[in-house]
Amino acid sequence: MNIIEKLIEKNGFVFAFLVVGVIMYLSYQASKKLTNNKIPGAAIAISAGLVLAYFGGKKGISDIPLFSGMALLGGSMMRDFTIVATAMGASFSEIKKTGLVGVLSLVIGIVVTFFIGGSIGYAMGYTDAKSFATIGAGACTFIVGPVTGTAIGATSDVIAISIAIGVIKSILVTICTPIIAKRIGLNNPHTAMVFGGLIGTTSGVAAGLAATDPKLVPYGALTATFYTGLGCLLCPSVLYFIIDSIL
Amino acid sequence: MKIYGVAILAGCFLIGHLVGDFLGVWLHIDGNVGGVGFAMLLLIVLSDWMKKKKYLPEETERGILYWNAMYIPVVIAMSSIQNVKAALTGGWVAVLVGLFGTAFCFFLVPIVAKIGEKRQTDTNQNQQ
Repeated sequence: MNIIEKLIEKNGFVFAFLVVGVIMYLSYQASKKLTNNKIPGAAIAISAGLVLAYFGGKKGISDIPLFSGMALLGGSMMRDFTIVATAMGASFSEIKKTGLVGVLSLVIGIVVTFFIGGSIGYAMGYTDAKSFATIGAGACTFIVGPVTGTAIGATSDVIAISIAIGVIKSILVTICTPIIAKRIGLNNPHTAMVFGGLIGTTSGVAAGLAATDPKLVPYGALTATFYTGLGCLLCPSVLYFIIDSIL
Repeated sequence: MKIYGVAILAGCFLIGHLVGDFLGVWLHIDGNVGGVGFAMLLLIVLSDWMKKKKYLPEETERGILYWNAMYIPVVIAMSSIQNVKAALTGGWVAVLVGLFGTAFCFFLVPIVAKIGEKRQTDTNQNQQ
């Protein structure tokens, strides 16, 4: 037993390929046999990943030494590398057509999310400008929240809440996108780019679109990758100053 | 050779990140602004140009497409390393803000997409 554990820990990255392969096989079988392909296999597999994460700690399942390789396979380097690869086959003319609307959706997405998030926090007792801005920023993504909170000097419990909000959003987007896609007309590159700009959480957008229609991934991911950067720019500056002058 | 494709992908990835890092420094943000987005744009433009010039044989393209196909497995691994426990213990504020903030943006998608479509048909008509 000890030998096997040592072998796997030493070769964690390779073991991660095996684990993900098995998860995908089981999920695609379940999709075909149990749901008649109604729930996409990718969606089941991604949900299975989230369930696995629950059994770990701060870094999900990878906190368990046996599964440490998952952190490398699912880390930001591999995620970004494969997202860039999806651009192969995306149509440049489609992106040019939607370019301006993509920028518009980014700005609307960040501003609207910031004020809605902050207002709910305000209604629940977080009434000072710093908490408002940090909670509003957390509603953007789990990176914008702590970046904003740290920049304007919010308390650490509010920063922790802002991270939790961002993570919940990312999970919700992952699960809900394939379910709600038809109703919001998410079946073409144009809407996918608007979707990426409005929702913004890269992992959620990418995973949600992958489960809906892998062809849409590059378009949504393209706008979403600008969201966090733009959020980190706007939330602790312009948006915070506006809130600070009102409250 | 497949490695040529992988190398092209890696080159685009690094240049895109470099641009994103510079943009971050320039905007005084501690981080990368849209590095992945720039890398994607670069790959789209470059591969399009190489295909036209016939610099991109199928074997090279396969090196890129392999990583394209590895995208969903990577996303599954990514979801398994999220801090799901923290998300569930963040309290009611976190749940409500996450829920309503996300729901409202979903609701906005068809509206903003429509603005875009209208603009496009307008410009198309103007061009005609």
